[in-house]
Amino acid sequence: MIPLDYYLVLSAFMFCVGVLGVVVRRNAIIVFMSIELMLNSVNLSLIAFSSFLGDPTGQMLVFFVMTVAAAEAAVGLAIIIALFRNKQTVNIDEINILKW
Amino acid sequence: MMASYIPLILMLAAGMFLAIVLLKLHQWLGPHRPNDEKTSTYESGMEPIRSARERFSVKYYMVAVLFILFDIEVIFLYPWAVNFRALGLFGYVEMVIFITILFIGYFYILRKGALKWD
Amino acid sequence: MTLLASLELFDIIFYFFAFVTIVSAAVVVFSRNIVHSAFSLMFTFFGVAALYVMLNADFIAVTQVLVYVGGILVLLLFGVMLTTKVISVEMKTGTLQTLPASILVAVLAGTLCGIFWITDWLTPVARNAELPATTSSGIGRALMTTYLLPFEVASVVLLVAMLGAAMIARRERKR
Repeated sequence: MIPLDYYLVLSAFMFCVGVLGVVVRRNAIIVFMSIELMLNSVNLSLIAFSSFLGDPTGQMLVFFVMTVAAAEAAVGLAIIIALFRNKQTVNIDEINILKW
Repeated sequence: MMASYIPLILMLAAGMFLAIVLLKLHQWLGPHRPNDEKTSTYESGMEPIRSARERFSVKYYMVAVLFILFDIEVIFLYPWAVNFRALGLFGYVEMVIFITILFIGYFYILRKGALKWD
Repeated sequence: MTLLASLELFDIIFYFFAFVTIVSAAVVVFSRNIVHSAFSLMFTFFGVAALYVMLNADFIAVTQVLVYVGGILVLLLFGVMLTTKVISVEMKTGTLQTLPASILVAVLAGTLCGIFWITDWLTPVARNAELPATTSSGIGRALMTTYLLPFEVASVVLLVAMLGAAMIARRERKR
């Protein structure tokens, strides 16, 4: 059987890739995808713990994380669309009115 | 328990294999004589009016949002339905509350005209 | 087949899906073409769903495919189509501040690895003993009793998301 560490390392790798995407990419939608990657990696580690401990609570948590992820996707993309309508761009370095 | 997933994996592999092979096969074997008529966008026999690569309307987005939210609702319904008899009236009332809250939003959006298509 | 052979088969399957997940996650972040990123994200979601199956969480795996691939990914593609301009040249997007970002991520990765190294993980003995073969029934019972309040709050979250998305996105004035 695959030990727990393997799943955790995989999850950590996915999380780091997601963080890299959030800080590096210019396009807000790709930043968004990276956030989904991070959520997925956390879900993976939760499921791994749940399975290795024999405790289904982790699966419940993942269930609610998915609900929040769906709500976040709906509202977040709506914000990006509203942003695009006002500024004609989704590049986050060009959205800088609040900067001084 | 894992052995019961082997057919699924085989099915997945067969599906991917078939998709790739069939796509590539007709590229290799079929004759290529493209002309303007053939490469134009297929619109059920009509003349294509504009490019298909333009921005979509926000109306589609609203439908997609409603789809994903009710998708989540169905996901919540399923584990309840599996335990329907065991949970009895209590679970039924809980689920009615859950669905009512969601439908309040749905009817609000409907009244606001967010789904009007013209 | 013997037990040993089947175990090795599952190891191979794990490595395969882990590879798919890692590579497609990297493509999501590093691809220049946003549509490639979106479709690569689909493979990441599928890979993670397969890993869920291997971790004895079948219902969560189905939920993953249904919600992430069927819902969130479609929504993301709608977002791509709603915010990019006509020609696909516009779909290429760049990166910024690569050096400080990579230092940050390297520190983060180091911290995570350090924590993995330091922590004294419990040896999992209870594996497969307490988790039933199909999990949807247990999830349903927990959802309706122990997690009743989060369950009802989830509906409020979905309601607010629905209203918020409608109010923010739909401000197109009629011409």
